Amino acid sequence: MSEGMTILFAISVMLAAVGGAAVLTWFERRLLGLWQDRYGPNRLGPAGILQVVADMLKLLTKHDWTPPFADRWVFIFAPTAIVVAMLLGFAVVPFGPGLHIIDVNIGLLFFIGMTSLAVYSVLLGGLASNNKYALLGGLRSAAQMVSYEVFMGLSLMGVVMLTGSFSMQDIVEAQRGGWFCVSQFLGLFVFVIAAIAESHRLPFDLPEAEHELTAGFHTEYSGMKFAMFMLGEYLGLILVSCMITTLFFGGWLAPFGMTWLPPIVWFSIKTFLIICFFVLLRAAIPRPRYDQLMSLGWKVMLPLTLLNLVVTGAVALWMQGA
Amino acid sequence: MQLFESLISQLRTMWRILLHTFSRAETVQYPEQKPYLAPRYRGRIVLTLDPDGDERCVACNLCAAACPPDCIALQQGTREDGRWYPEFFRINFSRCIMCGLCEEACPTNAIQLIPDFEMCEYDRQNMVYEKEHLMIDGPGKYHDYNFYRVAGMQIEGKDKGEAQKENPPIDVRSLLP
Ligand code: SF4
Ligand code: SF4
Repeated sequence: MSEGMTILFAISVMLAAVGGAAVLTWFERRLLGLWQDRYGPNRLGPAGILQVVADMLKLLTKHDWTPPFADRWVFIFAPTAIVVAMLLGFAVVPFGPGLHIIDVNIGLLFFIGMTSLAVYSVLLGGLASNNKYALLGGLRSAAQMVSYEVFMGLSLMGVVMLTGSFSMQDIVEAQRGGWFCVSQFLGLFVFVIAAIAESHRLPFDLPEAEHELTAGFHTEYSGMKFAMFMLGEYLGLILVSCMITTLFFGGWLAPFGMTWLPPIVWFSIKTFLIICFFVLLRAAIPRPRYDQLMSLGWKVMLPLTLLNLVVTGAVALWMQGA
Repeated sequence: MQLFESLISQLRTMWRILLHTFSRAETVQYPEQKPYLAPRYRGRIVLTLDPDGDERCVACNLCAAACPPDCIALQQGTREDGRWYPEFFRINFSRCIMCGLCEEACPTNAIQLIPDFEMCEYDRQNMVYEKEHLMIDGPGKYHDYNFYRVAGMQIEGKDKGEAQKENPPIDVRSLLP
């Protein structure tokens, strides 16, 4: 793609991601409603879709208040950081053959780096609010980060070993012979759990935990800043779904040779299904205590990942030798 | 092992929730679809008339005393025929908790709760109902009860001892040993 085209594509990806995140707020509520035997927002517009617009108007017109006791600049910086980091993460997602903003040879590392940056936003938000609930939220976020970041990165190394590259397009191409969700089953399992923790979604929304910490790290946030946090969370959800699709479910590759749909459509369908799966998790599973999450991370997930790594490495070596 | 069990249990939960895709929503779509309200539902409060079309309330104040949030106010007055009645009777519905204790306390079945809960006002003051707003034109839930017909109180047209199941008064001076 030429330079101008790339910029145009980047802007359209950004708009699509933000729009998708907005619609997702409505879609998630409808889906949760379906699974909890109720309707969810169904009044405004066809099937309630205009609820998104109403919510947006409400958030935009709300008083955007910075508490006098907060650390002003950090307080403002925190919600911006999460949105920027998550949007940057979309840069390496391959939406189709040759359809990506940038295909660097460290694509995967870039993604891991960006999602890790987003954690700082939660930490800083909790710290800058100068509020005990927010601080507890930030504290939990830190505890959560040390317990899942390690195995999140490691769980993807199996994929990298089989591909021999960090580039996203290469990873997709390497799955022509068979998706990694079969050969890297353990990696997928661990990564899904890490991804939930990464995007602070239920059941691992410990930093937020509205039942015990009012609203956790964003207790003091209102109006647009609160909307930014929400936007960041939903962007994160879309981003990790895109990543799971790319890394384990063959990205834009068509399943069973059904190539009559364009690759980008296949990519969207797979991502959509994974998002639905995340919503199902939210509807079904209760939240663990945070020491439980940590012990799960260190005592179960990390050994599993290491086992996966050793076995994958051995098999890769053996196949090379053969 | 315990870990494995809990994993299975989580997966089972997810499967059960997924099956809910095919079950109907329990929601009652309220303004279009009215829920069934039983006749004994405790909603808006009314003051009723006895079968003869006279005011039932005798302004005994028992309802106001029983009311937990103290939202009933009334003033007793006496009519020319000897009956008691409330000069004013005021219920502040913005405080009423629809507990029904006033109905339980009332000796004359005058005050009754009816199945209507749609009381919305923009102005809080409009939630204060006066006697003319509370009065209805009938006996409500109890069709035959008339307090003065069974009570011993003397009013015009009904002397002592003339109430139902009441014996004539005893002349204490004629009680000889
Ligand atoms: S229903 Fe309860 S709260 Fe309401 S007026 Fe009667 S006693 Fe008072
Ligand atoms: S409504 Fe009943 S309890 Fe209340 S003052 Fe009248 S008679 Fe007494």
